[in-house]
Amino acid sequence: MADGSQRESETVTEGRAYVEFDGVFKSYDGATLVVRDLELTVREGEFLTLLGPSGSGKTTCLMMLAGFEAPSGGAIRIAGAAVEDVPPRHRDIGMVFQNYALFPHMTVGQNLAFPLEARHMDADAAAERVARALQLVRLEGYEGRRPGQLSGGQQQRVAIARALVFEPNLVLMDEPLGALDRRLREEMQFEIRRIQRSLGVTIVYVTHDQQEAMAMSDRVAVFNDGRIEQVAAPEVLYEEPMRPFVASFIGDNNLLPGRVAAVAGDTCDVQVGEATIRAFPVEPHAVGDEVVLAIRPERVHLAPAAGVYSNELQVEVRDMAFLGDHLRVLTAVHGVDFVVKIPNIVGHGGVLPGETVRLGWTTLDCRALRPADRSPETAAASSTSTHTREAR
Amino acid sequence: MENSALCRRGREVASLRRGSQESMALAYRSRVGHTVHVVFCVAVFVFLIAPILVVVPLSFNAEPYFTFTEGMLRFDSDAYSLRWYAHVAGDENWRRALVNSFVIGGCATALATVLGTCAALGLANPAMPGRPVVMGLLISPMVTPVIISGAGMFFFYSSLGLAQTHLGLILAHAALGTPFVVITVTATLSGFDGNLTRAAASLGAGPWRSFRRVQLPLIAPGVISGALFAFATSFDEVVTVLFMGGLEQRTIPREMWAGIREEISPAILAVATMLIAFALALMGTVEWLRRRGGDPA
Repeated sequence: MADGSQRESETVTEGRAYVEFDGVFKSYDGATLVVRDLELTVREGEFLTLLGPSGSGKTTCLMMLAGFEAPSGGAIRIAGAAVEDVPPRHRDIGMVFQNYALFPHMTVGQNLAFPLEARHMDADAAAERVARALQLVRLEGYEGRRPGQLSGGQQQRVAIARALVFEPNLVLMDEPLGALDRRLREEMQFEIRRIQRSLGVTIVYVTHDQQEAMAMSDRVAVFNDGRIEQVAAPEVLYEEPMRPFVASFIGDNNLLPGRVAAVAGDTCDVQVGEATIRAFPVEPHAVGDEVVLAIRPERVHLAPAAGVYSNELQVEVRDMAFLGDHLRVLTAVHGVDFVVKIPNIVGHGGVLPGETVRLGWTTLDCRALRPADRSPETAAASSTSTHTREAR
Repeated sequence: MENSALCRRGREVASLRRGSQESMALAYRSRVGHTVHVVFCVAVFVFLIAPILVVVPLSFNAEPYFTFTEGMLRFDSDAYSLRWYAHVAGDENWRRALVNSFVIGGCATALATVLGTCAALGLANPAMPGRPVVMGLLISPMVTPVIISGAGMFFFYSSLGLAQTHLGLILAHAALGTPFVVITVTATLSGFDGNLTRAAASLGAGPWRSFRRVQLPLIAPGVISGALFAFATSFDEVVTVLFMGGLEQRTIPREMWAGIREEISPAILAVATMLIAFALALMGTVEWLRRRGGDPA
């Protein structure tokens, strides 16, 4: 009863869980893990992107969800039902492949009718569905063309139409825009988003392009080395990164390694060389802990007078680049490159290489993160359980 | 003064002459090299093709000889005739041999094509264990001397009661033809995009629908050219037929073999000419398929 009411409230606030990865791991050779301890929930009607560098395990995750790869352990559930024993053709998942995988010997119409024939739909109903799907991707009248006669963008639209024509609840996309040029890619990003909103279909999207992920997704799961570093809405990932990898992978960030000197309430003082920097701890740190400070280049200001910002440093300008709407100023803090982005309001504002300037930033714009190689108590426990599974 | 100028001129002329002599020598050498090259190539073609081509005019010989008669050399129309073609068409033995060749060849080809295609599909799966060993075993009939496989099959099939039966010859020829299908289909599959079968599965197609609608149409050129090679193998095979075939199983090559040994008659040449025409048609088909298969559309 209590469980039911909680589910109810979840539906209201964030949608029902549609896909669940529960402790999933994958190893091809039995020794190295490509995906480790994956816990991820995709909500119904959500556009979720798996973002990460190549080899981070995001495509393997997608392939396990599609059924082309079997997890080495853990459970995957779709709409509450475990799918380990369900072959791909019975999962009812639409899939858009990186190279589109259109059948070259069939026309566009035959490509789209293929999943309907496999479901033994009668010809008239199938033809109507095909026409509707082509209308959805704005390719009316292209039924008779072969994929080889279409441009890359058109083939992309056909691939999307084919993945949607049998009305699946879940659609997977594996770097579908990778082969398109930049302009077309941006156009297709909006197009895919429009289609997703109009149909309310759940989409799991894989990309290594962070701008694409930011532009399209409701939430983004950032993958690194087979693990999810953080799952959050794009703006949260940008404003509140929890791990150094996320801080540097999403947008630009200055990362300064240091040691906690003092902890006071919502802030902590971090020693970076001779400088003491007041930072916002994203999780509890103890005095003496090593941390990484993440400071966005555009949140650092040239401070004309002392005492305006809680953090102020005198640094020497090493280099400067004029980029039209902003200036990129390269400095160094305790030997680590430190980039400052200054909006172009007063030209280059007298900032020249060799000069000493005063930089300032607030405590909240300076996040103290746990370094990648220091694991907290909870992470240590979960990695032990991974090891027991590996041994099995 | 004038003297030294003359000397200089003389040296220039000499060096010019020497230069032109060198370039002429080079040109001469390259011309000789080119001529030798052409002569050699022509000789290769003559030795390869002449023995085959000479059969064609001889098959129209009006006389029962294997040589050109004087009348033929004078292009006397009376010296040429179609009598050996008529003889072949009317002869019971030749007719039976023709039927046998097509029945055995056709059945062996069908068998080799189905088995070879299945094998190639299995061998294309990276998850299959022992792929190189299986591939080697399947290809072995192609590299083993036919006399050895022929003798081996004779003893093996005799103990099964399959010697001197059509079925026995069909099985033997299927074994000889399968490697060609395996090789051509494997080659076609190497260019096949595995995502297409994945896409078919994600769209709800079972393995059979996926094979018939997606994979087979795309690898068809390889399957068909493999089948043609398998048919050609059976169609000119004489060694296993000598071992395993009785009078009832004589194929065209076996009948020709008998003809050469027993009665020397230009009828053999008429059959040979028909076989050459048939082989050219097969080769043309393979080439046409190869070009079509290479076409990206």
